[in-house]
Amino acid sequence: MSDYILEMNHITKEFSGVKALNDVNLKVKRGEIHALCGENGAGKSTLMNVLSGVYPHGTYSGDIVYKGETCNFHNLRDSEAKGIVIIHQELALSPNLSVAENVFLGNEQTSAKGIIDWTKTRKKAQEMLEKVGLEHEDVNVQVSTLGVGKQQLIEIAKAMAKKVELLILDEPTAALNDEESRKLLDIMLELKKQGVTCIIISHKLNEIEYVCDAVTVIRDGQSIETIIKGVDEFTEDRIIKGMVGRELTNRYPAREGVKLGNTIFEVSNWNVFHPDDGNRQMLKNINISVKAGEVVGLAGLMGAGRTEFAMSLFGRSYGQKISGSVKINGKEVELKTVKDAIENKLAYVSEDRKTYGLVLINDIKENMAMAARPKFFSSHGVINGNDEIVAAEEYKKKINIKANSIEQVVGSLSGGNQQKVVLAKWMLTQPDVLILDEPTRGIDVGAKYEIYCVINDLAKAGKAVIVISSEMPEIIGTCDRVYVINEGEIAGELTKEEVTQEKIMQCIMAHNRKEDGNE
Amino acid sequence: MNNKKEVNLDMKQYGMFLALIAIYLIFAIMTGGKNLSPANINNLIMQNGYVVILAVGMLLCVLTGNVDLGVGSVVAVTGAAAGIVMVDYKMNMWVAIIAALVIGVIIGMFAGFFIAYLGIPPFVVTLATMLMGRGLTYTVLQAQTKGPLPENFVFIGAGFLPTIKVPFGDGTLDLVSIIVAAVVSVVLILSEMKNIATKKKYNFATNPMWQIAVKEAVMLVIVWFFFYKLARYNGLPFVLLIMALLVGTYAFITSKTVAGRQIYALGGNRKAANLSGIDTKKVFFWVYTNMGILSALAGIVLSARNASSTPKAGDGFEMDAIASCYIGGAAVAGGAGTITGAVVGAFIMGILNNGMSLYGWSTDIQKIVKGAVLLGAVTVDVISKNKKG
Repeated sequence: MSDYILEMNHITKEFSGVKALNDVNLKVKRGEIHALCGENGAGKSTLMNVLSGVYPHGTYSGDIVYKGETCNFHNLRDSEAKGIVIIHQELALSPNLSVAENVFLGNEQTSAKGIIDWTKTRKKAQEMLEKVGLEHEDVNVQVSTLGVGKQQLIEIAKAMAKKVELLILDEPTAALNDEESRKLLDIMLELKKQGVTCIIISHKLNEIEYVCDAVTVIRDGQSIETIIKGVDEFTEDRIIKGMVGRELTNRYPAREGVKLGNTIFEVSNWNVFHPDDGNRQMLKNINISVKAGEVVGLAGLMGAGRTEFAMSLFGRSYGQKISGSVKINGKEVELKTVKDAIENKLAYVSEDRKTYGLVLINDIKENMAMAARPKFFSSHGVINGNDEIVAAEEYKKKINIKANSIEQVVGSLSGGNQQKVVLAKWMLTQPDVLILDEPTRGIDVGAKYEIYCVINDLAKAGKAVIVISSEMPEIIGTCDRVYVINEGEIAGELTKEEVTQEKIMQCIMAHNRKEDGNE
Repeated sequence: MNNKKEVNLDMKQYGMFLALIAIYLIFAIMTGGKNLSPANINNLIMQNGYVVILAVGMLLCVLTGNVDLGVGSVVAVTGAAAGIVMVDYKMNMWVAIIAALVIGVIIGMFAGFFIAYLGIPPFVVTLATMLMGRGLTYTVLQAQTKGPLPENFVFIGAGFLPTIKVPFGDGTLDLVSIIVAAVVSVVLILSEMKNIATKKKYNFATNPMWQIAVKEAVMLVIVWFFFYKLARYNGLPFVLLIMALLVGTYAFITSKTVAGRQIYALGGNRKAANLSGIDTKKVFFWVYTNMGILSALAGIVLSARNASSTPKAGDGFEMDAIASCYIGGAAVAGGAGTITGAVVGAFIMGILNNGMSLYGWSTDIQKIVKGAVLLGAVTVDVISKNKKG
């Protein structure tokens, strides 16, 4: 079949006796955008590592046919020489080098004697940037000064410079906001026109629906099915069915029988300035309140100031010249340090679990006990190890953390289970108010459902829960009430009955117009 | 979930310990048993006392992902201070000890302040304290050796605990050493039994009985060998008591206290530690202050053993201490490492020094060998970790 650019046949890969991939087949047509879907740990990344030569030929069984010939890649260079380029979730850019230098990183434009030809580098980099819609970008600026969205595009430009024919993107939009994601997806469609074939790994099914021609679903290391646009039913629900092996009728579990109590969390006239620039006001006069048993969402675009708001509340972990008042359980509190915040029963689950939530080299128990230890698991500074073990075991069972034991290192857990460990860590501090920042980012559908169940349980237990999420369906599906934040201000408040994606966007747009009018 | 009720002993955990025994035995063959003599065992303890003290403090710095380059100079400054107090001002030993410790605390706090509250990289700050400390030592001592130090002070570095000597074979035997060995043996066995009981209670996997028996037997043989040799010499050195107390205290602090675990959390992920309510600045400050105190203690022990304060004292000790931590399995990036590991590392360095000296190798050759051992140990450690992952 010549119209397939890539055929991976009967790929089986074992890790010390455990089959990570079991007889996986993947066929990608020339010039299409092909999605790989599956829960975390299903084997998507392993498959792409086999393809790109990270796992060299001989360490797996099965064969790879690329452009009609059987390939035996021994390392990344082999596959790149054939035009297969993989862009990982963690970007491979050197932040302190210029854009131009990064585009040709490892592929330097040199004169005959191996000396870098800077004029050629800049000129060619400019050409590559044009291909990915960054024609207005200065190739001499440091990459670190650009946003994640642009950095992602520079990665693609880098791939283009290597004359890519098959581009593999591992969760390219995980760190991007809606607008940036859209732009990236449109660039992908543009690349498709230029004849580049793409494989994309993504959890964002709406994006797959928008951009892909076919989806191969992988579950438990096996390829389950390939769904083709225009031939099969190509909807989010259909893909989910393939991924979890059953129809997930309700992606958001219902929360029943929760009585709202008194207002237990109240923030008034909250003002925060940028940590490096005392004249730049990041948050203006924010007022919110949350009742016991209520789940309140903070919606908004990336950069609207939601995380900054949460961090500034949580022991002034963000910003300077903070003013305003916080009341917890009706009592005005000063939360000057994270310790104050924890003692006053506030908890904040960060959006970036690997950077701000976990010590990856430590085990589950150690991570869970980290925040609650001074108050609950020690006396006179000496740790009570047995209490920690009992609590860790209890929460492992309670929120279904899949691990061999509480002594497993968290770095080896899947994203969903890591997130559960972070949640347990904060639940153990026995908070009354929990702020969950992007609680389901980068985790699979099944684990998301379990996290939503935990949120429901927290509400049932009479906690005040604040959910920050960039995924609007998630906010709508889980929250009783939604504050829309835009440019550091509350742009609107919506009840469960009125909230829709359109309404949220309308709030933001209306607020933007007002802002523009004021200036 | 976990059906494995028995798992094999993780030999990697004991790798360095076995290496220590192997090195010792190799030198025993090379030197024709010279390093097995009671006098030499005693020397091993006395010569390495200060390295162990420094390695214990250094481990905390290494856990944060940093090192302290200034310890050698602090050893010299504090030793000099003790010498000056006793020789020039004719004051008693206790004033000298307090003066040395106070100076150690001040230097530690000085470094800690710059590192924790001004955010200056520890490498730079301690490089500065290293230069300043050495310069200060030469200045106050006017590049002269100060001595001799009083008898009661020298006891700290060269003295022995009370003994009850009975005639035995061609010499004498100290019963106190034997009693201590017996107590240590009982404690070892009891703690292992408690450990097994706890594991069973929480349904954790235990090691096969024969493996535990072999482990315990090896440890008991070493304990008895060690104390028997000391008993045949002059009994238990005072330095051994200091070391035992320090190692015990710090092993407890690092594994069982909130403050200790906070150092690990900080080293593993500083941002996460911050957002978990850990005052990471405070942790940094106390880790370096602590290093200052222990450096002062090492300074006291060293000057006591030499019965004099010299401006060159402690030269290069920081490297021995750092190497001990890394040989003992501490992670260069921070967040992982144990006190016992650092102590084993320190003794590996000590046995190498001692064995090579007995064999007649010059200190120049010794440095080459120590460098190679450090590189080899860390390489093996890193490669075996990579394989695991």
